[in-house]
Amino acid sequence: MARIAGVNIPTHKRVPIALTYIHGIGPAAAREICTATNIDVSRRVNELSDAEVLAVREFIDANLTVEGDLRREVQMNVKRLMDLGCYRGLRHRRNLPVRGQRTHTNARTRKGPAKAIAGKKK
Amino acid sequence: MSRSVWKGPFVDSYVLKKAEKSRESGKNEVIKIWSRRSTILPQFVGLTFGVYNGHKHIPVNVSEDMIGQKFGEYAPTRTYYGHAADKKAKRK
Repeated sequence: MARIAGVNIPTHKRVPIALTYIHGIGPAAAREICTATNIDVSRRVNELSDAEVLAVREFIDANLTVEGDLRREVQMNVKRLMDLGCYRGLRHRRNLPVRGQRTHTNARTRKGPAKAIAGKKK
Repeated sequence: MSRSVWKGPFVDSYVLKKAEKSRESGKNEVIKIWSRRSTILPQFVGLTFGVYNGHKHIPVNVSEDMIGQKFGEYAPTRTYYGHAADKKAKRK
């Protein structure tokens, strides 16, 4: 129904919640949008008028980077680090934690699912 | 916690001296430094530093993107070649 910032169609939910379905908008940014466009936080997306949807869309366009643009920006930042040859870049290349966390155990978010090591039993 | 702004960036003074000297005289030689903890300053751009990694001096060509980071970030201290498939362990 309501298309905001590309493909996102969150409806039937309260506006600040629905907006968080957009990549780059969290609870804080969503609330900020609601106050800026004078939309009550208890209202739902399907209750919004076309003008209000337009206002939300314009506010996002003017003030926030979301979705593809944001992803590209993050990717460019990571790529910059990798090209620089600095420690953080090396960690990104290896898909290991970048901020000094331990890797002896854990770090599964970056490393992915555990791989079994052949013949490692007692 | 990050460093207070009023202190300014930390650089070992000998790094500054060496950089200045090479700027003035014969260009483009590797400046050997041991100070991995020093911040890379804007006036270092274009120079090549040999940053010590505990074993040897790694040549680092300073570019504009590196400003504000430390020299140590560009000379990794650990070598890791990955785990080879361990045949001895397989027997058990």
